[in-house]
Amino acid sequence: MPVFHKTKVLTDVPMHYCPGCTHGVVHRLVAECLEELGVAGKTIGVAPVGCAVFAYNYFNLDMAEAAHGRAPAMATGIKRVRPECVVFAYQGDGDLASIGAAETVHAAARGENITVIFINNGIYGMTGGQMAPTTLIGAKATTCPYGRDPKVNGYPVRVSEMLAQLDGPSYIARVSTHNARAVLDAKKHIRRAFEKQIEGKGFALVEVLTGCPTNWAMSPVDALKYVEEQVIPYYPLGVYKDTDKEVR
Amino acid sequence: MARQLMKGNEAIAEAAIRAGCRAFFGYPITPQNEIPEYMAAHMAENGGVFVQAESEVAAINMVYGAAAAGFRAMTSSSSPGISLKQEGISYIAASDLPCVIVNIMRAGPGLGGIQSAQGDYFQAVKGGGHGDYKLLVFAPASIQEAVDLMFVAFDKADQYRMPAMILGDGMIGQMMEPVELPPAVDLQSLPEKPWCLRGWDGQGERRIVSSLRIQPEDLEPYLNEQMKKWERIKEDEARAEEYRAEDAEILLTAYGTPARICKSAVEILRAEGIKAGLIRPITLFPFPDRAFRYHAARPEVKGFVSVELSTGQMIEDVRLAVDGKKPVSFFGRCGGAVMSEDEIVAFVKGGAF
Repeated sequence: MPVFHKTKVLTDVPMHYCPGCTHGVVHRLVAECLEELGVAGKTIGVAPVGCAVFAYNYFNLDMAEAAHGRAPAMATGIKRVRPECVVFAYQGDGDLASIGAAETVHAAARGENITVIFINNGIYGMTGGQMAPTTLIGAKATTCPYGRDPKVNGYPVRVSEMLAQLDGPSYIARVSTHNARAVLDAKKHIRRAFEKQIEGKGFALVEVLTGCPTNWAMSPVDALKYVEEQVIPYYPLGVYKDTDKEVR
Repeated sequence: MARQLMKGNEAIAEAAIRAGCRAFFGYPITPQNEIPEYMAAHMAENGGVFVQAESEVAAINMVYGAAAAGFRAMTSSSSPGISLKQEGISYIAASDLPCVIVNIMRAGPGLGGIQSAQGDYFQAVKGGGHGDYKLLVFAPASIQEAVDLMFVAFDKADQYRMPAMILGDGMIGQMMEPVELPPAVDLQSLPEKPWCLRGWDGQGERRIVSSLRIQPEDLEPYLNEQMKKWERIKEDEARAEEYRAEDAEILLTAYGTPARICKSAVEILRAEGIKAGLIRPITLFPFPDRAFRYHAARPEVKGFVSVELSTGQMIEDVRLAVDGKKPVSFFGRCGGAVMSEDEIVAFVKGGAF
């Protein structure tokens, strides 16, 4: 009879994430991919500032904790001196698309041979629900309490589409975690993003749409429904760039 | 070993490579551009890596990564660029990582000017970034000394697991002098860094590089330990040169380029019968208090003159070291202007005290 084993690439401690948050799901997908690819023993992860700031407590790997938005630069420094290691950055939307936009774009443009896992939930979670660069038009946040108004707050950033325009990246995909099928699909793309690095093909990023029940003021079920019905139409799922084949 | 004529910035870069630097990350800014240019040309042939980063902010965070991975890593910049690096420097210090940062100072504040200045003393010595941390700060007054201090900076950064800064002014970077380059260190001879990130094979403890200590009961003891380390450094690592100081009645004090001008001023003053001397701090943190305390206690000393290319920054540390025992006055030029030895002489003769 098959027995379920939790991946050894996650530590055995309770996570601090809120009920209904899918950070934990994505952590597990990343950990399972590293284990299945047999590279965990030579992997170095870089945690962000944001909800995943304690990711180094959960990934059973050599880990670094970067300054806010600087994970791609720190990962660059690690990967350049240790090209034999698998190096990944795990970042949220405020970290990656706002304060770290320059580091993200230029790591991608250099084709830096790292993997970036980008959690997009359209909100600053750790600091208590402020507007993110990815917050949808009309969505409420503590710093756009009447809803995001493009006249005041500008427009959400579609990171995957933007980075796919560059020559540097080898792989850019957007996935979701709103149901089991989406999670299984997300794992395939995360695995591919690590394979690209192992094959030496250069920068790979997977954008993962997740919910934030706490700061969206929704139940976990409603948050996932919101991802499916409101978020995905603005941020369509799919592979935006793959240097191994034609996409879209 | 042959002496050769080299430009300061290029000598600094070559010295860094010979001192074992295998990772350089930088961004263009005058007057330090020859450092990244030299690294771009020569790092690869020495088995190292060079990246021109998208910003100073990214460059220092690349240093953060390479240092975390256990390599001798370095960045260089000039004043406005060093301001941008302060966030990363604070994180590197708080993560107990060694690295070297070269600041070839230009005139500030703001975009300022591109001529030599020493307006970044406070930033280098008193913090610059947020929180309680210190850098080892070395202040070369010649290109030979800049070369020699590169080796010291990398060794001491490793020893104390903290960032070191070479604080030069634009003249150190831009002028040419004869220099003797020490042989390259054998990387295998350097102490192991068991804490470095390299991928965890399941043996022993995995490694975590982090500056986050979110509980006061973790952060306070950490900082208390840091304080003890800084005290040890003050005790063991302070360096200063004394020039004709032993019988001096007037003690000039200066670091970097102005110290050389002060030596000329000392000679002129001595020729005119005024017993002048110089204390030249070589380390700015730790500040060489002992030299000042010793001379402040000598009855024949009338006072100290802090000579700086700023509006007066090091003078605060001079005053702390002299501790009110003797008057301390200030003579400076700033904004990229440099004093002549005659101006210093005139200041002393005109009644510095």
